[in-house]
Amino acid sequence: MQRIGVFICHCGTNIAATVDVKAVAEALKHEPGVVFSTDYPYMCSEAGQNIVKDAIRDYHLSGVVICSCSPRMHEATFRKAAAVAGLNPYMVEIANIREQCSWIHKDIPQATEKAITLGKAAIAKVHLNAPLYAGESPVVKRALVIGGGIAGIQTALDIADAGFPVDIVETKPTIGGKMTQLDKTFPTLDCAACILTPKMVDCAQNENIKIYSYSEVTDVKGFVGNFTVTIKRKARYVDETKCTGCGICTEKCPMKKVPNEFNLGMNNRSAVYIPFAQAVPKVATIDPEHCNMLKKGKCGLCAKVCTAGAIDYKQKDEFIEEQYGAIVVATGYNPINLDKFDEFAYSQSKDVITSLEFERLTNAAGPTSGTLLRPSDGKHPHTIVFVQCVGSRDTSGCGKEYCSKICCMYTAKHAMLTREKYPDTDVYVFYIDVRTPGKSFDEFYRRAVEQYGVHYIKGMVGKIVPQADGTLAVQASDLLDNKQLHINADLVVLAAAIEPDKSARPLATMLTASMDTNDFFTEAHPKLRPVESPTAGVFLSGTCQGPKDIPETVSQAGAAASKVIGLLCKDKLTCNPCVAHSDEWMCNGCSACEKVCPYGAITYEDKEFRMPDRTTAIRRVAIVNEAVCQGCGACTVACPSGAMDLKGFSNSQIMAEVDAICK
Amino acid sequence: MQREMIERAKALLADGTVNRVIGWKAGEFDYDITPAVFTTAEELDAGFLYNDLCAANLSKYLIKESRKEGKILAFLKPCDTYSFSQLLKEHRIWRDHVYVIGVPCEGKVDVDTVKSKGITGICSMRCDGETVRVETLYGEESIKKDEAMADRCLNCKSKKHVVYDELMGEEGDVLDSHRFDMVEKLENMTPDERFAFWRGELSRCIRCNACRNVCPACTCEKCVFDNDASGIAQKAAVDSFEENMFHIIRAFHVAGRCTDCGECSRVCPQNIPLHLLNRKFIKDIDELYGEYQAGADPDTKPPLNTFTQEDAEPSVIYERGGNK
Repeated sequence: MQRIGVFICHCGTNIAATVDVKAVAEALKHEPGVVFSTDYPYMCSEAGQNIVKDAIRDYHLSGVVICSCSPRMHEATFRKAAAVAGLNPYMVEIANIREQCSWIHKDIPQATEKAITLGKAAIAKVHLNAPLYAGESPVVKRALVIGGGIAGIQTALDIADAGFPVDIVETKPTIGGKMTQLDKTFPTLDCAACILTPKMVDCAQNENIKIYSYSEVTDVKGFVGNFTVTIKRKARYVDETKCTGCGICTEKCPMKKVPNEFNLGMNNRSAVYIPFAQAVPKVATIDPEHCNMLKKGKCGLCAKVCTAGAIDYKQKDEFIEEQYGAIVVATGYNPINLDKFDEFAYSQSKDVITSLEFERLTNAAGPTSGTLLRPSDGKHPHTIVFVQCVGSRDTSGCGKEYCSKICCMYTAKHAMLTREKYPDTDVYVFYIDVRTPGKSFDEFYRRAVEQYGVHYIKGMVGKIVPQADGTLAVQASDLLDNKQLHINADLVVLAAAIEPDKSARPLATMLTASMDTNDFFTEAHPKLRPVESPTAGVFLSGTCQGPKDIPETVSQAGAAASKVIGLLCKDKLTCNPCVAHSDEWMCNGCSACEKVCPYGAITYEDKEFRMPDRTTAIRRVAIVNEAVCQGCGACTVACPSGAMDLKGFSNSQIMAEVDAICK
Repeated sequence: MQREMIERAKALLADGTVNRVIGWKAGEFDYDITPAVFTTAEELDAGFLYNDLCAANLSKYLIKESRKEGKILAFLKPCDTYSFSQLLKEHRIWRDHVYVIGVPCEGKVDVDTVKSKGITGICSMRCDGETVRVETLYGEESIKKDEAMADRCLNCKSKKHVVYDELMGEEGDVLDSHRFDMVEKLENMTPDERFAFWRGELSRCIRCNACRNVCPACTCEKCVFDNDASGIAQKAAVDSFEENMFHIIRAFHVAGRCTDCGECSRVCPQNIPLHLLNRKFIKDIDELYGEYQAGADPDTKPPLNTFTQEDAEPSVIYERGGNK
């Protein structure tokens, strides 16, 4: 029989206001095996921990039950305290009477009864606990960054600067991400390319950084410190090691009618292309969907003109496998599809554009070489209407419920720059609220209104109708003046909501990292661990975690890097001793566990057994490699014989808890 | 066919390829045919049988037999080969110790089905092609073979041998059977009707464990029902509902591995249609995770032990369960 001590925490009033803690301590005192039971306002405090330590010594406790907050908060605290007092840390069980009880109940007798029940379940489990001892596993000192936008670039640079090798996997032919498409950046209005491209070049030149561009992660196995990742290097039909980026192939390519994705389809590129002048790596890529040679076997012009002999039409997708200690997700965002917002006539008129398209129209490397011209007729627009919150803060179900965060600021930037360059242009901005928290942000917005005379109108645009004369009839409401407005605009710019990249969801599945309902990655703790995913060894950088502007992205990228560096600095990680174990007398060697194990921790052995009838038999049995097992428990449910069990969470322990609750 | 099989078995015994043969011999009654191991040509001549009454699936016996010294010759019907292949997949049979000859099967006559047609006092049965002649205490009766076969043979899923070393007779095909019709009927019942149906069937269970013992998917070293540490081991039931739980737990245990050989229903002395429980699982797996036949090949991953991104989300399963 165990000698169990029970410790009830008040958590200030968090628990004590709803749960009668004294009654819980008294009730649990009479459970079998309990030799000590007490309560204290803050069990996690130094004094509280001392109560636990003293009781372990004074009452010779063999098991401890702490009724407190979630084990995610303080399980480690109490395990450490127990270890200091000489008790095996895995003899400590936490009954969560805060998140699972006091916080969700109002009625004191009801909550008290439930707290007692949860305490009884933990006591029932402790009776079956056995001391466990943690092993160690090595750390692969290399990091993987998935996504090569500004978030991925900054994280990679910071990790590389600390001396660790880091690989960037980017699906596009070049790194740089969305920031390469921007013109100026708020609130200081420096040119995006001027501040980004040096960082891209740094990545290419840093000997600790390897860039896998035009590549995708297709499989992730393993666990913190020991991930095995399969990377698909898509065939670009150009030998990266030979291509000099001279661009002659792109000039000679006869297939020039391919919509240019870098300019959001507002002009064309050739079938063999370099996305933009400062691309990293600066190598050509052949688009197999439009290349005549790859589609029909006719042409081959680029191979003829390439002096480096880099063109290789027979190139195949290549799969490489790499080991990493840590993985950073930096998959970024995209503007939402505007199909559901046809009241703004985006599909009907070329002169209704998104803000990102507006960036290209004002960018010197864009389709108009930086002169703001209407896409339909190439004329200067004289009246421009900006519509904010297109799909953001939308509870109608068509868009996103969240605020996309960056639109207020970039719209102020667009409006200001338009007025600066083209003072004869009338600029209207329709907004629900203008949100400008951030250093120098509100000053920036006020400059747009006060110095540049941008017409900010509180209200939403209801309808946009293209007119026969080429203008756009904008029908809107001015909520402050309480009147309807009709504006004939030459150009309408929609601040489309942003959403996580589509590649994020399958990636989250591969990483077993959790996501919220909007497909943003969830952080381990929203306030205290914002750059870590709940999955150990997986970190978050940039907009894959939530909408962010560039300064915020860069600081989060640095924070993720520092977490990665902290991990890679360690030579060994302490393993979780709550791992699987097979009872070899029950194992029938069917391999079900081996097949479901995501970590490859289970192998089989033909072992000689002395059978009860005094014969010798050779039986195939499962062996768990405890250093590799992560204790996920998949094998325990796959095992048809019930031979596989999880230490610390054995079937009998869980049944004992259920029995204690149902009693 | 029987003569040919005996000759082939003798030849393989004589040239030393195998040292034993597993087949069938007559039991207490001549229609009551039981699996048997033969070690000599004489034994084969004296006892080996293969006819339309040899219903037993021999593959499960090979778990123990294949662990013995030397090779054993096993005659397997098409549906037995599915069990055999599934057992190979689970590493339960030592393949090197078995020589498999696939033998054709035209469906087996089932004595309980014959009895259910009102024929009693059966002394012996003979099947010639389409007709089964039954000698009873009250004289000879005849019944069409179609009417004398059990559900598993009437709705045969496959005449194909999925694994063998050599084949006797013609190879058949996977058939387009109606084996899920009855499951569908049960699904269309209201929960109360369905509960009443199963209570009616399962309450007859006498816990003889024949279904478990014959089942080729039940190959645990120690069955949970015999394991005191499992917390559910029991000999006598406190109430009849416990018998229901036995069969439901067993169906869960073999889910995804059951090849639908129908042995459980064949051996049940109380004629409980146990195979319907397994078929419900097979049908659900087919519908939720794509067509899957356990034992059909050595490589396909079992859907219940494999995660794919196309897998039905729990909510889908929940909603579906709520509707049916």
